[in-house]
Amino acid sequence: MLDHLDLTKLIFGRLTWNAIPFHEPILIVTFAAVCLGGLGMLALITRYRLWGYLWNEWFTSIDHKKIGIMYVILGLVMLLRGFADALMMRAQQAVSFGDNLGYLPPHHYDQIFTAHGVIMIFFVAMPLVTGLMNFVVPLQIGARDVAFPFLNNFSFWMTAFGAGLTMASLFVGEFARTGWLAYPPLSGIAFSPDVGVDYYIWSLQIAGVGTLLSGVNLVATIVKMRAPGMSMMKMPVFTWTSLCTNVLIVAAFPVLTAVLVLLSLDRYVGTNFFTNDLGGNAMMYVNLIWIWGHPEVYILVLPAFGIFSEVVSTFSGKRLFGYASMVYATVVITILSYLVWLHHFFTMGSGASVNSFFGITTMIISIPTGAKIFNWLFTMYRGRIRFEVPMLWTVGFMITFVIGGMTGVLLAVPPADFVLHNSLFLIAHFHNVIIGGVLFGLLAGITYWFPKAFGYKLDPFWGKCSFWFWQIGFFFAFMPLYVLGLMGVTRRLSHFDDPSLQVWFIIAAFGAVLIALGIASFLIQLVVSFLRREQLRDVTGDPWNGRTLEWSTASPPPSYNFAFTPVVHDNDAWYDMKANQYERPTSGFIAIHMPKNTGAGFVIAALSAAVGFALIWHMWLAAGLAFVAMMAAIIIHTFNYKRDFHIGADEVVRTEDARTQQLAVAHV
Amino acid sequence: MSDATMTPALTPAADAPRYYLREEHHPENGTLLGFWLYLMSDCLVFACLFAVYGVLGRSYAAGPSGADLFDLPLVAVNTSLLLLSSITYGFAVLEMQRKHLRAVLVWLGVTGLFGLGFLSLELYEFAHLIHEGAGPQRSAFLSSFFTLVGTHGLHVTFGIVWLVVLMFQLGKHGLTAPNRRRMMCLSMFWHFLDVVWIGVFTFVYLMGVLP
Repeated sequence: MLDHLDLTKLIFGRLTWNAIPFHEPILIVTFAAVCLGGLGMLALITRYRLWGYLWNEWFTSIDHKKIGIMYVILGLVMLLRGFADALMMRAQQAVSFGDNLGYLPPHHYDQIFTAHGVIMIFFVAMPLVTGLMNFVVPLQIGARDVAFPFLNNFSFWMTAFGAGLTMASLFVGEFARTGWLAYPPLSGIAFSPDVGVDYYIWSLQIAGVGTLLSGVNLVATIVKMRAPGMSMMKMPVFTWTSLCTNVLIVAAFPVLTAVLVLLSLDRYVGTNFFTNDLGGNAMMYVNLIWIWGHPEVYILVLPAFGIFSEVVSTFSGKRLFGYASMVYATVVITILSYLVWLHHFFTMGSGASVNSFFGITTMIISIPTGAKIFNWLFTMYRGRIRFEVPMLWTVGFMITFVIGGMTGVLLAVPPADFVLHNSLFLIAHFHNVIIGGVLFGLLAGITYWFPKAFGYKLDPFWGKCSFWFWQIGFFFAFMPLYVLGLMGVTRRLSHFDDPSLQVWFIIAAFGAVLIALGIASFLIQLVVSFLRREQLRDVTGDPWNGRTLEWSTASPPPSYNFAFTPVVHDNDAWYDMKANQYERPTSGFIAIHMPKNTGAGFVIAALSAAVGFALIWHMWLAAGLAFVAMMAAIIIHTFNYKRDFHIGADEVVRTEDARTQQLAVAHV
Repeated sequence: MSDATMTPALTPAADAPRYYLREEHHPENGTLLGFWLYLMSDCLVFACLFAVYGVLGRSYAAGPSGADLFDLPLVAVNTSLLLLSSITYGFAVLEMQRKHLRAVLVWLGVTGLFGLGFLSLELYEFAHLIHEGAGPQRSAFLSSFFTLVGTHGLHVTFGIVWLVVLMFQLGKHGLTAPNRRRMMCLSMFWHFLDVVWIGVFTFVYLMGVLP
């Protein structure tokens, strides 16, 4: 018996030294750079004795503001990785013509486009969106924290460890070569026997659970924890869009979980859900993944719409035009987003009736979206517009997004889609709406709420540089793809024969370089703003003359957000307070009940990542042990009944008195 | 008076500040709503698995069909075990409201035993099917059958683990507010699994034996 039992295999599964890509110079150089950078950072943290601070104040924090900031940092770091992939693809396609095969072998190129899509959607856009919602929503509704503070911390770490697994695939093994949605049968065991798809499955599964729980959390928060007087139709629009987004998360992510489980069963157990033989049906995967995937698009863009609404209203100095229509438009988009998934595969052959149904529902979505655009325009109309950086992003969005929306309606026409399906026209379309809509919105939001989070504004010069590089770079990078798509060039190609196409790819690569400068400007902006923080400091807590409750408290807000729970009388609660000579209370403070920090979220998420890693490499023993440890950690956590504490009245008095003095010095 | 206590924010005392509350504000506890949301998301997982079964349920790949395999009397016993466990959980909740800790623990124990009985019969059925060569790899029908029924079984397993943990916590802390909330959550979870099983029983077993 023991002869058959190979000990190495039992412990390491299929992980061998061959999994480390020594023969790929690009990866080895990256790996070395990451190691050096990482070691340098660890050394610095140790040198300045920051471990305790990081662990106690950040990693185990259940403060929604800190968790929000950590989400945003995760999103920005992953943006660099995802964008590096983009640059590599653009460089490859710009040179790989005729005899020149470019510098990326196909199997590496395929991993890059897969990783680019997965990272940009799951580990850039999602963390940035969730981070902003986490930071802003409780402040906007006058709450002290979210409904389930521990769960919030846990959700963050699940997302972070999911991202970690994807990053690990760069240096240990490989990533999927299937495209970002991993369609079977290509992603099945028969055609992808190696670990790439398993990395894909487990990083998404782990991050997906985190996202689902954070969706549950924010829905409960918004429904149950609004300040007195804030009825549903008095909620700020960003809170409304967050509510709809989180409803979408709760209703869509289970489908992703289920379909990934089915794909895992096909790969691990040998079931026949999506196989070519024994009754499997690969198109069922495509249906299911898009039943999650299409709402996902709206999960990303709705909060961006909310950000634009806040920004337009604040920087036009006016109440938002058509608040009720904005809310109804958001809700209608939420519902319709479930009725359009099939437009991603009109070519499947469902027949004319089915295709027409989904084509028409898709076109209908442009109506509420158009209503929103008009509302923003009418808010600006006769407003006293201040072209600060968040407003620039917003105006840039309105122009860019409308173009993307119109190409979307083109694609919604099934006969046109038969020509353009999987062409670069589609690639140009969805980058047009995701960059022009989601990303511009997130950058507007980060610039807008940065002073709330850190107490100083971002440097406007570098912000404007970033905006113009992004905006111009976007048009250079993606307009050529529309042209190429119309000429029939399909997506995901690493080599071309027709030299007449090359000039368009070179223009696109130039655009990518401009975007790189935009990202660099953004990073410089962060550094410059930090260095100039005393000049950029805002002590009022209300640097933009804001209109909603988050601007009524200090920047950065105290851990309890509001010394007294605010009472709301108007949509623009803070504007209403300012207009009616609201006096900030300076006495009578009472103790505040708050949740306590815990490391359980980090530990459980780390163990679930260990389960995932072990399953990827078929280390069954390790997977079993890690699973048992994870369950034990969860059960032990449930025995912790002392989850909250009181911030004493004296501490509140100290914090609030300091602010009173600060405000007096600033003569506010 | 009762109106005033229900909506304190809208009828403030004359000297109360307009824009903030002087006293501590207690938002409603969101746990039960949050748990409902979780249950509905879980329900969607089952909805997907039912849909998959709906698509693949007749893809036998020249293998055995439900009519060949399903042993309805066994499944009927299984179903009654699960339904009875829901009733006994209901008794536990009733005793919780009467604040009888011992009776709560007894009924929870009975519920757990019914759950274990259900699981044992299910495992026996699975083992029997696999032994007969009708394992999940045999056909798409069997893949979707094992996954749907197995996912339900997995949920029951986690429910039992939770039940045992909760019994320990009840023994340790008694019927405190957090423990009562946990009991209500597990109650919803347990009844939810019952509802899903009724779907499985009807849709998979009863309709499966039709020619």
